[in-house]
Amino acid sequence: MQEFLQQLVNGVSWGSIYALIALGYTMVYGVLQLINFAHGDVFMLGAFFGFYFSRWTKIAQEPTLFGFFATLLFAMAACALVGVIIERAAYKPLRERPRLTALITAIGVSLLLENGGQLLFGVDPKFFPSLISETRLYESANLVISNLPVIILVVSLALMLLLRFIVMKTTIGKAMRATAFNREAAALMGINTNNVISFTFLLGSALAGAGGILVALTYPKIDPLMGLLPGLKAFVAAVLGGIGNIPGAVLGGMILGVSETMVAGYISSTLRDAIAFALLVVILLVKPTGLLGSRVGEKV
Amino acid sequence: MRKWIIFGLALSLSAGCAKRDDVIKIGEYGSLTGTTATFGVSTKNGIDMATEEINAAGGLLGKKIQVIVEDDRGLADEAASAVKKLVTQDKVVAVLGEVASSRSLAGAPICQENKIPMVTPSSTNPEVTKKGDYIFRICFIDPFQGEAMAKFAFENLKVKKAAILKDSKNDYSVGLAQYFAETFKGLGGQIVAEESYFEGDQDFKAQLTSIKGKKPEAIFIPGYYTEVGLIARQARELGLNIPLLGGDGWDSPKLTEIATLKKPGDALKDCYFSNHYAADDPNPVIQDFIKKYKAKYEEVPDAMAVLGYDAAHILYDAIKRAGSPEGAKIRDELAKTANFPGVAGQTTIDSARNARKPLVVLKIGEGGAYEYMATVNP
Repeated sequence: MQEFLQQLVNGVSWGSIYALIALGYTMVYGVLQLINFAHGDVFMLGAFFGFYFSRWTKIAQEPTLFGFFATLLFAMAACALVGVIIERAAYKPLRERPRLTALITAIGVSLLLENGGQLLFGVDPKFFPSLISETRLYESANLVISNLPVIILVVSLALMLLLRFIVMKTTIGKAMRATAFNREAAALMGINTNNVISFTFLLGSALAGAGGILVALTYPKIDPLMGLLPGLKAFVAAVLGGIGNIPGAVLGGMILGVSETMVAGYISSTLRDAIAFALLVVILLVKPTGLLGSRVGEKV
Repeated sequence: MRKWIIFGLALSLSAGCAKRDDVIKIGEYGSLTGTTATFGVSTKNGIDMATEEINAAGGLLGKKIQVIVEDDRGLADEAASAVKKLVTQDKVVAVLGEVASSRSLAGAPICQENKIPMVTPSSTNPEVTKKGDYIFRICFIDPFQGEAMAKFAFENLKVKKAAILKDSKNDYSVGLAQYFAETFKGLGGQIVAEESYFEGDQDFKAQLTSIKGKKPEAIFIPGYYTEVGLIARQARELGLNIPLLGGDGWDSPKLTEIATLKKPGDALKDCYFSNHYAADDPNPVIQDFIKKYKAKYEEVPDAMAVLGYDAAHILYDAIKRAGSPEGAKIRDELAKTANFPGVAGQTTIDSARNARKPLVVLKIGEGGAYEYMATVNP
């Protein structure tokens, strides 16, 4: 039983990372119907921004809680900026073109970031400093809960709630929902849809940046290709929960994280990815719009 | 190095095909980048040192040695194309490499096909030299290494129940795990869990939690240093505080940097692995080498550097004895190598083109420093 609980803790902390990345996919899709394949690479950039920031500011040498949050905020801000630049430079000029054009461009941006990252940061993996030293919160023979998964979960949930607040309770959030519902109509109502779209990218990329830092806390190996698989999995999570739906992305991320861990722990680690994707196929067969997705109704 | 290559290229272009024999070209392939980057870099450092020594003493057969290096980025298919380029385009007379057995297995058939001798400094999987009579190695093989670690665990550490965590896509790891398990069971021990991962994985907690549930007294992890470091951290985070054991794939200056939770190397404290040499061995040959290496590269050489150095010297010596850069002649002389005084012990090539050498068991102590534990003779 305790072993099962331990696997659950492992799975939830892994799943909350997927959820954070999946949120960015889902928001951009909700507003633009664009699958931003470069999103996983923004996640990678977040980890690298944090890595260099914590070195330059010497936070890496003397980790403090304040230093961790400073690194987190820096990575989020830098990723938000990158996200807006990507949107303005690569996607905006193509907005009135067929959707496929933007999709191919997204793949291009993703490759640019991966290979540019290899050029800039080098191909060798780097090792993220332990910004938060590990302590035990609960310990028994078969169940250990350390502070790291708890921090990952708490920070992820806080960011998700903040996002929910922005989307549901603020004017810009209302404008996002309106743009998602019908871009032309929203523009006719006096909403500056260009700014709304940029803001969507800003939010999504900031979350991906946060995901990069949180992952690096427990999984310190970072390299320019680290965004590839988590990006793909987070996309699966977003589709699983119903793409365009924010609670759906969180649910999808958690399901994927927990099921991967359970498969690796109880069946075989070789089947880890296979079963995650098989799950996607099964859920989509039963419910083609994803768990919480619906054809009509609220997007974003 | 690149300048040399360009210079060599310009030279061969300007002189046409008339004068391409001013240098003896040796090919080297290795992982200079990627998750096993220190393997390739250390080996290259060792080979460079040996080459400079020979060149400073007048070269080979009256010519200078030129080593052409190809980076395979730690990928088996890249290794195959690197060797193909070295053999067919650069027309090297012999090839040095690789460290990882999977990559040596990819490069060996190409050398064999073209009758170019290949010497691997540190690939330990037995299959490598079975690829043909042009493929040599100057280190021990995995059945010996797996057996030694199983005996060490059972007899010295008094472990009765062990678990295995291996990289299931890696020939070295799968082979070593198998040899360890065979010996350990033969001694009366029990393998309570056998889990696997893939190179490049980040999360090992699911496997470790499942291993923990089976209550082993030690875990044998025959992997490479990047994953081993990450596994060690996550094992400690899960409260799994038993010794971890491994093979020569652990040896890297990066290992203890990765396996750091609070203090350097603390996640691997009191863990053991088998290796080709011990840096704290008082043997003057070893200490002299370490001094020279430190002066040049400012770090203590790992086993890959030592074996790279030895492999290059053994190959150059064979070329000298052959008196000609012809593949078949070098091959014959390599096969005759006997009692060659290397840094990592005397090297004798046996009829299966492997070397029989003792191994050392090292313990990772305070601050990530390696401590010599035992020598095991074949």
